[in-house]
Amino acid sequence: MSKLTLKTEGDTHVIVTRRFAAPPEAVYRAHTEPKLIQKWLLGPEGWTMPVCINDAKAGGKFRYEWKNGKGAGFHITGEFLELEPYNRIVHVERMHLPDPTPDNHIETLFEADGAGTLMTMRMTLPDGKTRAAMLATGMERGMEASYVRLEGML
Amino acid sequence: MDDLDAAFSALADPTRRAILARLANGEATVNELAEPFEMTQPAISQHLKVLEDAGLIVRRVEGTKRPRRLAKAGIEAMDQWLAMLRKALETNYDRLDEVLAGMEKNKEGKKKGKKR
Repeated sequence: MSKLTLKTEGDTHVIVTRRFAAPPEAVYRAHTEPKLIQKWLLGPEGWTMPVCINDAKAGGKFRYEWKNGKGAGFHITGEFLELEPYNRIVHVERMHLPDPTPDNHIETLFEADGAGTLMTMRMTLPDGKTRAAMLATGMERGMEASYVRLEGML
Repeated sequence: MDDLDAAFSALADPTRRAILARLANGEATVNELAEPFEMTQPAISQHLKVLEDAGLIVRRVEGTKRPRRLAKAGIEAMDQWLAMLRKALETNYDRLDEVLAGMEKNKEGKKKGKKR
């Protein structure tokens, strides 16, 4: 059974939920402290995040850069709109591929769930077309490894 | 097998995946499909032909328009593709599970250290 759900809602939303064994405080910190973010927000195997700068306060900016060690890379920039330790983060982000994609508005909730945490990410894109393009191209990097595995199976 | 191969090579291109994702929202004309990609109509038509040959989309005749929609295989491909997206996200979150486990252990270690 997968612990993760990913679904679209209406024309412009993408909702991701995931349960974690740790309390909200730890999950929140792992989403806001660069040293922790750099350990897991990496995408497919072989990718690293050499640059992880953020100013985790309302109005603060962030910049995350990924590299695959073979010359490929991309980065995202964004701003924090609201931060409620350790329950809620609201931010906007865009990918630079290298042209910036339309802003993705993301609200992330961390709710206590027994001894663990239920995380709910609600992404809002400007319109249905942008959402389709985001799902197809924006998240594509995370899918490369899956594709390779799948092609090997066919 | 041939169908599957055609479907997956059709899906290997990000523009074609975006076209499928757009069609998952409903039927669309070539113009509507071309709009978000800043591509010429002939370029989009070429992608549509690949998707059509792979059996992922079908066209309908409506006057001078030829609106496209997802075929059954296209819907199934989208489901599989969303499943892959989930798996990719899960790779990150599996790593986060380990980071969180490490944080908990660290905290316990510090507590023990204080007691001594």
